[in-house]
Formats: sequence, structure tokens, C-alpha cells
Amino acid sequence: MEANNKSYFGEIGDALKSLATGLKVTLKEYFTKKSTEQYPENRKTTLHVAQRHRGRLVMKRDENGVVKCVACTLCEKACPNGTIKIASEMVTTEEGKKKRRLVDYQYDLGDCMFCQLCVNACSFDAIEFTNDFENSVFDRDKLVLHLDKEHYESSLPNILDGGAPLTIGKFNTATK
Amino acid sequence: MFDFSIVTTWFDSLLRQTLGLGDFWSILIECILVGVLILAGYAMLAIVLIFMERKVCAYFQCRLGPMRVGPWGIFQVFADVLKMLIKEIFAVDKADKLLYCVAPFLVIIASVGTFSFLPWNKGAEILDFNVGIFLLTAVSSIGVIGIFMAGWGSNNKYGVVSAMRGAVQLISYEMSLGLCLVTAVILTGTMQVSGIVEAQTGPWNWLIFQGHVPAIIAFLVFLVAGNAEANRGPFDLAEAESELTAGYHTEYSGMGFGFYYLAEYLNLFVIAGIATTVFLGGWAPVNIGIEAFDAVMDYIPGIVWFLGKTFAIVWLLMWIRWTYPRLRIDQILKLEWKYLMPLCLLNLVLMTIIVAFGWHF
Repeated sequence: MEANNKSYFGEIGDALKSLATGLKVTLKEYFTKKSTEQYPENRKTTLHVAQRHRGRLVMKRDENGVVKCVACTLCEKACPNGTIKIASEMVTTEEGKKKRRLVDYQYDLGDCMFCQLCVNACSFDAIEFTNDFENSVFDRDKLVLHLDKEHYESSLPNILDGGAPLTIGKFNTATK
Repeated sequence: MFDFSIVTTWFDSLLRQTLGLGDFWSILIECILVGVLILAGYAMLAIVLIFMERKVCAYFQCRLGPMRVGPWGIFQVFADVLKMLIKEIFAVDKADKLLYCVAPFLVIIASVGTFSFLPWNKGAEILDFNVGIFLLTAVSSIGVIGIFMAGWGSNNKYGVVSAMRGAVQLISYEMSLGLCLVTAVILTGTMQVSGIVEAQTGPWNWLIFQGHVPAIIAFLVFLVAGNAEANRGPFDLAEAESELTAGYHTEYSGMGFGFYYLAEYLNLFVIAGIATTVFLGGWAPVNIGIEAFDAVMDYIPGIVWFLGKTFAIVWLLMWIRWTYPRLRIDQILKLEWKYLMPLCLLNLVLMTIIVAFGWHF
């Protein structure tokens, strides 16, 4: 607080001035476009979700749909919640080498706390988080996902690129 | 200008002459009818005001407000009322049952009482005494008792703190509220509500123009004091949500709480209505002295003028409310006793001088 050495009338003048400033600010706010997003209505039009938002874990696939995972279980060990369970088997390749092969990559979305430790632990850049956040289901069992077997597709258009550009004041209630 | 007394005299003669009823029955029927109309208007305005508050508040905070219940959220308030009606009403343990039960009614009585003083149209003043303004301030003070009783009676520490704050604040601001009204009464020369409005018809005759400087000062101080009197805006100490949960009505549920809720919004409307009546000409239309323009303005019914002006002031008060942070109790008292009241007294003297020398328009 400033030193309170103003005169009685000086205080009144200052008060009126600062009150008017406050009113000016809120009046401007009254007429600006509102930043509320109306979610279910705008999910296919103006919805914006930042790309780095962690919605759920997916496996990266190359153009042939092959995953990069080598079943090293580094992510499984990194996970504080025991969300990931990896099953693997040893196979002998044609050259006679023994190699570990991924059989099942189980990811329990219901246990995940989206800390990204698994992604950081992965040495092969095999998994990543996407910003697809519409994960609700009616049955907890459906949250247990097998990432190597699923064919992942986002429920929303363009959501993986962040959806619509982030604009304030453009909400759309009419279109779905 | 449509004179509503045509309707009332027709109805009176219908009862007395056509139906041949005596004094007792015709007055009883008229009283009941007017009472029902007041309560219906009261409830309807409450719904409008609550919805308006939510929307205006949202817009000031860069939100949209209720949007889901009905188109643009217009049925939100009906849903709220329904919820409130079906809630259980219970009395708190060790509460002072009598005070606890009576308090909401006192608050609503004060609110409805002041509400019925408002002049809706030419000839449509419901309570129209020769000491109207004086009685109005007296009736509005009943609300303080209700607030105090509710806080004390509900056996809740928050309630007691809130009741003390409320009483101190309301009693203090009654002072400048009354002084502002007296300032206006000096100019109009009458305390009768219909007389005050009548004095403001005609070109540039609204009190705020007629009385220029002192009237404008009185109007502004009235808005500040009125805001405090309605327990709103930066002066909502008595129900400071962040400090006292809900203050004096913490322990009320169902319609007990509903009455406080109604009274709060209607008090806002009543304050705006009194400000309109006394300073902005009530139902008097905008007349600027050019005959054609005045004739067109006179075609618009008085109730439209009255509601229009009142809602403009309601919006102004909401703007103030959603702009300023809450004051501390000592700051509130300082504002009243060190600034507003001396200003009002000086203003009173100024107005007296202006009226005595005939310097008003």
C-alpha cells in the first residue's frame, strides 16, 4: 500500500479515478468475445486440444503398421503405477540368433497417471502420448488396452494435429 | 399518456354499482386482487432478475453463463426454483426456532412492502401515501431485523458474525439513503410517490436535470448507499461467501433460503426502482420540449419507461457489483460516516439554497 498521507479531498479524487478505471476495464470485458468453449457441440468444429496434451498412450507404427517395440520392458519398469504389462517370448532368427519378440503390450488406461515416464524411458521411440482425450467407457475392463494389437484411430477429426486453431471467442452451438 | 386509473375506477364501479357490493366486499376483493398482482409481479421479476444477474455476471467475467437448460439457458431459473421447492425444510439443532422461522418472512415482508411503493404507470401506484417516501424507508428497515434474527437464531457462528455486519452496515447506510431522498423531496415539495413523479413530467423535468448538481450528487450517493442497503456489490459483507459461507442464511434450506434469495434480488430491483422514481422521473417519458418528439415519446406506455429505466439502473448496479472487490467492515463504515454522510449533509444544504433562491430548472 502507498503511504497514506493524502489529504481528505485528495483521497476522494484518487478513489474516484481508480473506481472509474475499474469500471472501464470490466466494461471492455463485457463486450469482448467470450472464451467459453461449448464442448460437445464444438467437438468437430472449433475444438482445440494442444498437441502435447497427454490423453492416452499409443504405439507408433511405420507405414507397414509395424511397431518399433522390442519388448525390453524399460517402460514397464519405469511406470510407477504398474500400468504397463509386457509379455514376450524368445525366438531364434534365421541366422541362429536368439531374439526377444513382443507378444502382448497391455496398457491399463484406468491406472495411468499420464506422467510420461514410460515415453521418456523408451530407447526405441516406440510409444507416445496423443492428445485424444475422449476415453470414457462404461466398463472398466474396456480401459485395459492391448496397444500392439489395436488399430488406433482418433475419434475426432484432426485432433492429433491439435484440432482447430486456438481461437478465443469462436464457439459454435449449432453444428455438430 | 395512458392513465391506469381508468381501469381501476372502472373495476371499482363494476364491483360497487354493477354488482351492488358494499364497501367491505368491494374493498376486500380489490385488496386481494392487488395483493395477488403484486406477488405475481414480484415472483416474475425475481425470475427475470436472477437470470439477468447470471448472464450479466458471466459476461463481465468473459463467460457465457447458463446455456444448457432451454435455448440460451432461459429455463435455468425455473429449474433452480423447482429444486428449491422440493428441498426439505428443517430447523437446526438448538436453533432459536421462533426467530429462525420468522426471520425469512420479515425479510420478504420488507422487500414486498417497499416493492409495492413503486409507481408502475400513471395511476398505477399501489401504496400512495402523503408520507410515501418516509414510510418507504421505514418499511425497508424491517429487513435488517430479519437478517439479524436469522443470523442470531440459526445457532451458527458465521451467522452471528454476518448478522452483526449486516446490521451495522444497513443501519449506517440507511442514513445517506434517507438524506438523498430528503434532498429530492426538498425539490419536489412532496413525499407522495405519485406527486414526486408528477413533478417530473414535462420537458427536461426529471429531477436529475431539474436539480442539476445536488441532484446528480444525491443520485450517485443513492446508488452507492442503495447497493449497500441491498447487501450487494462491494458491500456484500453480510453474506461474504469466501469468509462466512453464506452468512446469515447459511442454515436455511428450501424456501427459507429461497426467500432470502428472492429478497436479495428484489431489493436490488426496488433500489433501482426508487432511484428511477425519485431521480429519473419514474414512468415519465423523455420529453425535450420539441412537440412532435414529445408526442411520440408519450405514446410509449409508462410501464415501459419505468421498467426500462429501472433495468438500466439494475444493470449499472450489476456492473458495479462485478467490478469491485469486497470492502472490509471498517472501510465500509469509514466510507459511510466519513465520506458519504457529510457529503449528503452538504448536498442537502446546497439543495436547500438552490431551491430557496429558485436556481433550479
